[in-house]
Amino acid sequence: MGNLLEHIGIERERIHFSWISSAEATKFVDVVKEITDKVRSLGPNEKFKKIYN
Amino acid sequence: MDKYTEKIRSIAGNLLKDGKVDKVIGYKQGSLPMAANPFAARTQEQAEELVFNSTCVMNLANYLTDTTEKIAVVAKGCDSRNIVNHIVENKIKRDQVYIIGVPCSGMVDKRKITSEFETDLTEFAENGDEITVKSLEKEKVIQKKDYLRDCCLTCIKPNPVIWDELAGEFVEEKKMENRFASVEKIENMNPDERYSYFTELTRTCIRCYGCRNACPLCYCPTCFVDESGPQWVGKGQNETDIQTFHFLRAFHCAGRCTDCGACEEACPMGIKVREFTKKLVKDSSELFDWETGLDLSKRPPLDTYSPEDPDDFIK
Repeated sequence: MGNLLEHIGIERERIHFSWISSAEATKFVDVVKEITDKVRSLGPNEKFKKIYN
Repeated sequence: MDKYTEKIRSIAGNLLKDGKVDKVIGYKQGSLPMAANPFAARTQEQAEELVFNSTCVMNLANYLTDTTEKIAVVAKGCDSRNIVNHIVENKIKRDQVYIIGVPCSGMVDKRKITSEFETDLTEFAENGDEITVKSLEKEKVIQKKDYLRDCCLTCIKPNPVIWDELAGEFVEEKKMENRFASVEKIENMNPDERYSYFTELTRTCIRCYGCRNACPLCYCPTCFVDESGPQWVGKGQNETDIQTFHFLRAFHCAGRCTDCGACEEACPMGIKVREFTKKLVKDSSELFDWETGLDLSKRPPLDTYSPEDPDDFIK
């Protein structure tokens, strides 16, 4: 899925897959921080976006 | 190709005469040149209408889904791979289907041929590797090998994978330098170029769903695009909805697509739908060392778990 999204032009850094147990609160926090940092550095996504008028 | 036609007619005639099958699915000449239609022969007389030539492009595995009848089917290499996939996915039982295998030397691309003529074609005649095409204003003799479909140029299995009876001698398998050259060309673009490439590719889509209907893999009772509760994707001509349809349809074929080209053939707008699925064929081959429909004993890669599955994308 990631490969195909990348193939149509969505940046790889926007797509994350992770396995986190409900007992792994710190891992969850770390992963979310990492994702938000990466996505913030890419800026807003302008592709594959539906605009409602 | 005429010897194939004769052989197919005699095999089909005998099967129907002996009552071994309820119908024989093959091709019959359509009302226009270069149009071979899928056709189900139920009587010996109808079996005489069956033909096989270089325009038999549709994938006949599509007509086997969930049937209760006993069916004989004409199968090229790609059709036979889809039949294997159908059997693996429990869409038909092996003993229900009698496969008339046809070693295939490739099918011609109608669009490549019609682009050489200004007016409608009136005649299409094959003689070995030479094809005579006539239109209202001119006649032209072309070499079949110059007008093959893109998917036939990168075909890995021209001969049937499984069969009960063959309609001809096996043909030689082609040696290709790189069958994924078209995918690599896109992979080498930057993300913005790739996105505009696919936006441009699907711009003319009219949402007729011909690609889905022609595809033997698309057998869901209710397709995600037809579902209204929940509605997964908008039904209009919105650009993003169109892209979502193509993107998701392709992904549903991951590890199952045989690159038969029926989707592209069905498209009235000439959209190269295979540009999506070919990437998945490449990924399946590279990540899982998998080619669809070669082995009745193997499940598709996304259907099974193995500790060796690539997992470097997950944290």
